[in-house]
Amino acid sequence: MNAFLILIYVLSATSLLSLVRIVIGPTHFDRLIGLNLMVFNITVIIATLAVLLDRYVYFDVALVYAILGFVSVIAISKYLTGRELHR
Amino acid sequence: MKMISYFFFAWGMIFMVFGAIGILRFPDLYTRLHPVSKAGTAGMLSIFIGLILYSGFSPLSLRIILIAAFVAVTSPVASHAIARGAIESGIDPWRKK
Repeated sequence: MNAFLILIYVLSATSLLSLVRIVIGPTHFDRLIGLNLMVFNITVIIATLAVLLDRYVYFDVALVYAILGFVSVIAISKYLTGRELHR
Repeated sequence: MKMISYFFFAWGMIFMVFGAIGILRFPDLYTRLHPVSKAGTAGMLSIFIGLILYSGFSPLSLRIILIAAFVAVTSPVASHAIARGAIESGIDPWRKK
């Protein structure tokens, strides 16, 4: 079996585990932590697919996905700062 | 060279799996920030090193290095923003009973 396919399967499983944290997280910031880890995993999956399939346009997709994940985490955490929404 | 890249893939997969277990098992928000900001970044960087070693050095690997550098810079910023927002919203740190 190809090593890239094993890598993609394992990273999909870890992104599903962080999706569990997004669902059951008690506060909104726990859900943000799960979102941050899931963005990491999916960026690595897209970069691995770019090398596996020889489609080098996918590196730009991975870079844009990382930028959007970072900006969304910063914006949501700044939106939730100082509000009593966490109960 | 391919065996070295497979070793880096296995190393990064170990980091990613332990990060995903830690985000489920830790008791508190501030302790759950550790597997995201350390194990996630370490796993991502080692898998990217494996991808560079597999595909050989070319202008393509500069693009992988660009993604890795961006993630290595912005991951502590995101963790710090989450922790600062949580501590200003009044969430208390976990203490041993």
